[in-house]
Amino acid sequence: MTEYQLLIQRYDPEHDNEPRLQRFTVPGDHTTSMLDALLYVQQKLDVTLGLRWSCRMAICGSCGVMVNGIPKLGCKTFLRDYHSEIVIEPLAHFAVEKDLIVDMTQFLAHLSAIKPYLINDYSGTAMHKQTPAQLAKYQQFSNCINCGLCYSACPQFGLNPEFLGPAAITLAQRYNLDSRDNGKAARMPQLNGKNGAWGCTFVGFCSDVCPKQLDPAAAVNQAKVESAKDFIISMFKP
Amino acid sequence: MQILQTDIIVVGGGGAGLRAAIAAAEAAPQLSITLLSKVYPMRSHTVAAEGGAAAVTLSSDSAAAHFHDTVSGGDWLADQPVVEFFVKQAYRELVQLEHWGCPWSRQQDGNVAVRRFGGMKTERTWFAADKTGFHILHTLFQTSLKYPAIKRLDEYFMLDLLRAGEQVVGVLALALNSGELVQIQAKSVILATGGAGRVFHYNTNGGIVTGDGMALAYRHGVALRDMEFVQYHPTGLPGSGILITEACRGEGAVLLNKHGKRYLQDYGLGPETALGQPQNKQMELGPRDKLSQAFWHEQQAGRCGDYNGHAVVYLDLRHLSRAHLQQRLPFICELAKAYVNIDPALAAIPIRPAVHYTMGGIATDINCQTTLPGLYAVGECASVGLHGANRLGSNSLSELLVFGRVAGEQAAQYASQCPAADSRALSVQSEMSQRWLNRRFGTNTTDSVAQLRHDMTLTMEQGCGIYRTGESLLHCQQQLQALQQRYQQLKVTDRSKVFNSELLQYLELGFGLDVALAICSAAMARTESRGAHQRLDSGMTVRNDGEFLCHSQLYYKANSLPHLSWQAVQISSLPPAQRSYGVNNATAEDSADSTPGTQP
Repeated sequence: MTEYQLLIQRYDPEHDNEPRLQRFTVPGDHTTSMLDALLYVQQKLDVTLGLRWSCRMAICGSCGVMVNGIPKLGCKTFLRDYHSEIVIEPLAHFAVEKDLIVDMTQFLAHLSAIKPYLINDYSGTAMHKQTPAQLAKYQQFSNCINCGLCYSACPQFGLNPEFLGPAAITLAQRYNLDSRDNGKAARMPQLNGKNGAWGCTFVGFCSDVCPKQLDPAAAVNQAKVESAKDFIISMFKP
Repeated sequence: MQILQTDIIVVGGGGAGLRAAIAAAEAAPQLSITLLSKVYPMRSHTVAAEGGAAAVTLSSDSAAAHFHDTVSGGDWLADQPVVEFFVKQAYRELVQLEHWGCPWSRQQDGNVAVRRFGGMKTERTWFAADKTGFHILHTLFQTSLKYPAIKRLDEYFMLDLLRAGEQVVGVLALALNSGELVQIQAKSVILATGGAGRVFHYNTNGGIVTGDGMALAYRHGVALRDMEFVQYHPTGLPGSGILITEACRGEGAVLLNKHGKRYLQDYGLGPETALGQPQNKQMELGPRDKLSQAFWHEQQAGRCGDYNGHAVVYLDLRHLSRAHLQQRLPFICELAKAYVNIDPALAAIPIRPAVHYTMGGIATDINCQTTLPGLYAVGECASVGLHGANRLGSNSLSELLVFGRVAGEQAAQYASQCPAADSRALSVQSEMSQRWLNRRFGTNTTDSVAQLRHDMTLTMEQGCGIYRTGESLLHCQQQLQALQQRYQQLKVTDRSKVFNSELLQYLELGFGLDVALAICSAAMARTESRGAHQRLDSGMTVRNDGEFLCHSQLYYKANSLPHLSWQAVQISSLPPAQRSYGVNNATAEDSADSTPGTQP
């Protein structure tokens, strides 16, 4: 066991005027994740520490935090990869509710706004056919775990919380690219708007931090192309 | 105290809860539905299911075959009319998910692909790579956004059920971001709160799987049924218990002991199958209970390896191509790399059994209805009678869908016609709960929520493991009673209102202790071995249909041991027979299939 120094951002809305960093010493070996370390703090050192977590296997998307300024999933980041003090803060660009817990309301509103469900007029009982090639067109974008790391990486979302952001635009593309879907026209107004795909300045950090390697930046770029096509087509429509 | 009014409350935003909410919204669009969950729905533990969902799909398959596999897999403790209904509905529900956009894996011709799974005599498991639960959950969550009737209360914790006499008329909930209690009045309540795997130390479950709904229904007088049947999944990662899907074995992975031997052939599952040629119901495709039990024997015999102090065997996928692994098992590759630093294309994964699933739960009838009017339960928290003494892998995701729909429709029907409840008593009940909650705070000298929980999980691991003895169970029961005494003295030291984790964990621990005692008490009473419940005591090591072809039902008694009664198993068409896998399976199936009138 090695000792690690954690500096955890604390904020209790009932008592604190502003966030502060608090130092904790935790033991760890080559298997200890940042989440394990935070739970050690909560169980052994300070029961008041607030954080979200559940699956501890990088699929539920609960435990995103900033680790030394980089958005990370706590359960998939390991102490072994850090050699000096580790600063753990809540996800950037979200309002902090308590300690490492942020307000996800806006994020969920953005997901809902792009109509993330199949839209078509199919009313049959048989299943659609979809070849592996058709599946492959959107499959990667369907793997988003809604952890929000890409929003913390996105400078545009930081400046303008109304910006739909990488995950929501990726989700729109996931449905737009699905061979079973006819809902692109219903989603384009959101993607075309000033808070849609054009809000992105293509920094690309969202793709760097995505714990599932979805490449949301690529989805946003594709959405821009779709939006441009949509605009040109609309010019020729009476 | 804030009072909200709705028609239907669904507690739990996992697969079962979401499917129920959608079904209710479709069945009765005029009703208002409140989906309450202690986490955002997409965090629910359905998300971690990997392998797939079962339904009769191939033309060579039949409802009778799925029925036979499920009943024999459950060691004849499943209620057969429930299984008959389930196997006939599962396909329709998986197609419904397809219509809602679930990215099922496909064959070249565009039809869905099906894979092999343990205990299933043919390929019938639909899958979305190895993230099937994730895709089902997100498809359901995203689809639920289409229905304006469904209003969500995310991060609300159910503190109690509201009652007017026998009738359940709502839920008292704690808003986690404010610490305020909210009284939510409703005409019907659906519990879809998941299992209780977290009462054990080593488990595949997320931290939220704490048995809340089970404990509340139980405290209100509904029986917990078949609680002794706890499934150890044979392949969890050592230490963490992180799930390595059975689909690995469906795709052809083999299990090796430390000598490199495919040891399952020594446990009635052989003969050994050729590498890369898995055979249904044979060797690694045996059912979970048998495989976990085989591990236990290997450990006793000293044939396990060691990984960081944990006894392990090895899951070997090296003979499958990297391309195949990346296509069919990408998440397993990611998990193995991150958590045990193994590339499955190059090295075998160290694994060991870990608690995975509670076969038992809140007793319901085939309509998901409990004995309390207005109260329904569905999914892992419920015991509808499908799984018997051992659940087959890929039956539970289908269960969420089939019975989620039933629960939603039944609760909607009840809400549309139920008698108006007298709500005058509710404020009294709510105020009492508020005062009870206020008294939880104080200081502790030595004990803590974390310490007590740790002691509970180790107690369960030692007393209610893969093999049990009367002595170990009695000791476990005494320990649990002592832990409950400690819990009575325990206080919540953090008095904050906003996201008070200690309070939440304190409440979850109280629920978990009740569920743990139920598991242990049922296991003591069942003095035979069946499915996932195995006794080592003399005279109890085999199945005893003469005395125990029945469900255990436990009724809560405050500050005492539960009251137990037995309920006959419903056997409609398949009389009890020997469970057989491996080479014996073919003969057993032939004789069963040739018996006239035994199929649904």
